[in-house]
Amino acid sequence: MTAPTYDLGKLHGGLRLPAHKRESTASPIRDVPVPSQLVLPIEQHVGGPAQPVIGVGDHVLKGQLIAEPDGELGAPVHASSSGTVVAIEQRPVSRRHGETAPCIVIECDGNDEALPGAAITDYRKLAPAELQLRILDGGIVGLGGAVFPTAQKLMQARMCNIEYLILNGVECEPYISCDDALMRERAAEILSGAQVLMHALQVDVCFVVVESDKPEAIQRLGEVLAELDDERIVLKQVPTIYPSGGEDQLVQLVTNREVPSGGLPTDVGCVVQNVGTAAAVHDWVLRNEPLISRVTTVTGDGVQSPANLRARIGTTIENVVAHAGGYTDRATHMIIGGPMTGRSITTDEVPLVKASNCVLVLSELPDIAEELPCIRCGDCAAVCPVQLQPQQLFWYTCADEESKLRDYGLTDCIECGCCDLVCPSHIPLTADFRKAKGRMRELADEKARAERARMRFEARNVRILGEQRERDAELIRQKESAKVAGPAAIAEILKRKQNKDDSE
Amino acid sequence: MRFERREAPYWSSRTSVASLMLQVLAALVPAAVAHVWFFGPGFIFNLLVAGIFAVAGEALVMWLRGRPPEVALSDYSALVTAALLAFALPSLTPWWVTATGALFGVIVAKHLYGGLGFNIFNPAMAGYVVILVTFPADLNLWVAPRMGDIDYQYLTIAQTLVFTLTGNLPDALGFDAISRATPLDIMKTGLNSLATVPEILANPIMGDFGGRGWEWIGNFLAIGGFWLLIRKIIRWQIPLGVGLGLLVPATIMYLVGPGTNPSPGFHLFSGATILCAFFIATDPVSAATSPKGRFIYGLGIGFLAWSIRRWGSYADGIAFAVLIMNMAVPAIDYLTRPHIVGHDKRGDVSD
Repeated sequence: MTAPTYDLGKLHGGLRLPAHKRESTASPIRDVPVPSQLVLPIEQHVGGPAQPVIGVGDHVLKGQLIAEPDGELGAPVHASSSGTVVAIEQRPVSRRHGETAPCIVIECDGNDEALPGAAITDYRKLAPAELQLRILDGGIVGLGGAVFPTAQKLMQARMCNIEYLILNGVECEPYISCDDALMRERAAEILSGAQVLMHALQVDVCFVVVESDKPEAIQRLGEVLAELDDERIVLKQVPTIYPSGGEDQLVQLVTNREVPSGGLPTDVGCVVQNVGTAAAVHDWVLRNEPLISRVTTVTGDGVQSPANLRARIGTTIENVVAHAGGYTDRATHMIIGGPMTGRSITTDEVPLVKASNCVLVLSELPDIAEELPCIRCGDCAAVCPVQLQPQQLFWYTCADEESKLRDYGLTDCIECGCCDLVCPSHIPLTADFRKAKGRMRELADEKARAERARMRFEARNVRILGEQRERDAELIRQKESAKVAGPAAIAEILKRKQNKDDSE
Repeated sequence: MRFERREAPYWSSRTSVASLMLQVLAALVPAAVAHVWFFGPGFIFNLLVAGIFAVAGEALVMWLRGRPPEVALSDYSALVTAALLAFALPSLTPWWVTATGALFGVIVAKHLYGGLGFNIFNPAMAGYVVILVTFPADLNLWVAPRMGDIDYQYLTIAQTLVFTLTGNLPDALGFDAISRATPLDIMKTGLNSLATVPEILANPIMGDFGGRGWEWIGNFLAIGGFWLLIRKIIRWQIPLGVGLGLLVPATIMYLVGPGTNPSPGFHLFSGATILCAFFIATDPVSAATSPKGRFIYGLGIGFLAWSIRRWGSYADGIAFAVLIMNMAVPAIDYLTRPHIVGHDKRGDVSD
């Protein structure tokens, strides 16, 4: 069975990359046993870090809330297994390339005892807002790697006019196959999660979008869909081109609508959720299991037997890789995420987190070629999915011309890395653009600070001037009244003052 | 276990500037062979002189700039400049003429602007124009094409080498005996003396479209050019633009007045049209960079080249057309920025 490919928008540029996915999809998903110790960073999502609600020495159960968000944007963290909290301290984490961040450390008791609780019997009876709050409690974040809190995405979307829910099963980055494996094995849960999300969003159309290089997943989804007989859900197949799985790119492909610069898919009536996220929503809403585990792809020529593994959040990467047969002798680099957008880390003693969709271990990365001058060949512009002109942006990043960078759309760069790959001069364009964006943000912050300071200063001047005027007016008034009141009043005032002095 | 830290991309780019330049050079090989076949070994000597001076000039400037010369030399761009210059020159050119062009192109047009990537003007064309205006007589010495039935005397390899090194012909030979004007020159002087196009084309040196021999070099250049297109070393916008910019006005004028205007085929296969369309105008550094901009840039070169041929005092206008359009590149690029996804059609942010 093949899904329909008609009715697709067109994506500019992109690259056909070697997939490297077969290595990890040969066998089904395997479970990594619960480790003896779990390390749970309190910041595993976009937004502010969650605040611990337990203390060192507390005993926790599997699925128990251990940290909750205190800001507006964030997601709670749950204990991935039962045990005792032994520390709340700084540990190395992957999002900081192996530098440390605050984590809750749990010594597991091995019982894996779950927190008692009941799933909702029928989520359809809940109002969308209630369902969204329920999803918020599950600690669910976007599992494609962006880890945006799912509930907040839904809440934000409910304020817009939403037509389509898009389930992202594209997984366009080489090596990564965790979504593919999930779609093959848990298609029913994914589609059930989609139905929950549709209810939470109150939309009537859901596109499940899969890249054409995953025929098994498409077939399985098609079968489940036929059983489900839900006409609202439509399976779509898109060509295998990186980066069609980017959120805005997917919206453009599926609906032919361009997400406005600086805007969100909700601006064009779409909400995009990863297929893994949909499965997590199903597990939480229908089975009362919060987000405490995820499937991750362990692959690359630095791993003995690449595979997709389901591990508890907080298991160390070292432990996860050990269940993929361990390292080969040649392993030299570890990348969390894919080869295009992942980040390289220096140690495997970091926990698997909600964002960790792939552990890529490589040997003998090619030497970083010497950067030569840009010859303006324009190959970068030809592959840019946002249709930027990296060659011009590069020129203006060198010159640090902020207004030009804005004109040429630097902030629209999605950092997919396509331009890096085709550049004959081996210029690390994406890294340069990331730095330039950072500088731009700093500059904007600085401007905002200066503006705030200026407004404070002006407000102060106005206040001082006002007070001065009031004082002057008061003085005049007093003088006037003294004139009018005459000697009797003055005597009265003096007498009152006398009394006051005496009483003291 | 510890790992090495590394910044993305974790994959290496498979292309390099050096490989691009080498492929451009490779694409010129068939035409170079044809050049030697039809016009004698002078081309090889010109290529050697241009290559030696371009490389030496680049090494010198890099040394003066306090940079390792091998960085610039290893991209082979100086050799491409030398090769393009050699194609623009008649096969009999004294070495100092060629050397002047190569040195000017590499030192002034390229490195004084900051080196590869920063030059506004096409180095080969800048060098060519400088020698065209400083040594005009030397650039008119085209030997007749070796076609068998054309009755001219040909120089031996040794005689050609002596000429390249000294500028002197063997005592027995005068310039008239071995050299003649180019087809574009013949056309220009013919039209100026009120001959009609059919009369001019009756000259034995004229072939099916352009000059005999030159046509064949054009064919081989086009083969190399199409190979570059297929390899995506160059993109189609500039060659098509140059072609249309030149052929559309040429066709219109030919249809209006065939007696006083040569055919579009003559324009296409004469002078440096094909060389320009595939190899000169496509120099990415000095060309426009947006797809639409490249087409406009090509159109401008084609039209200007045709205009100079039609009304100017030079027989061919390619070099001037390229340099003029080089100047227009920043404006073209600014005005033809592609639509960024998510922006409105005017290119502004849409909120």
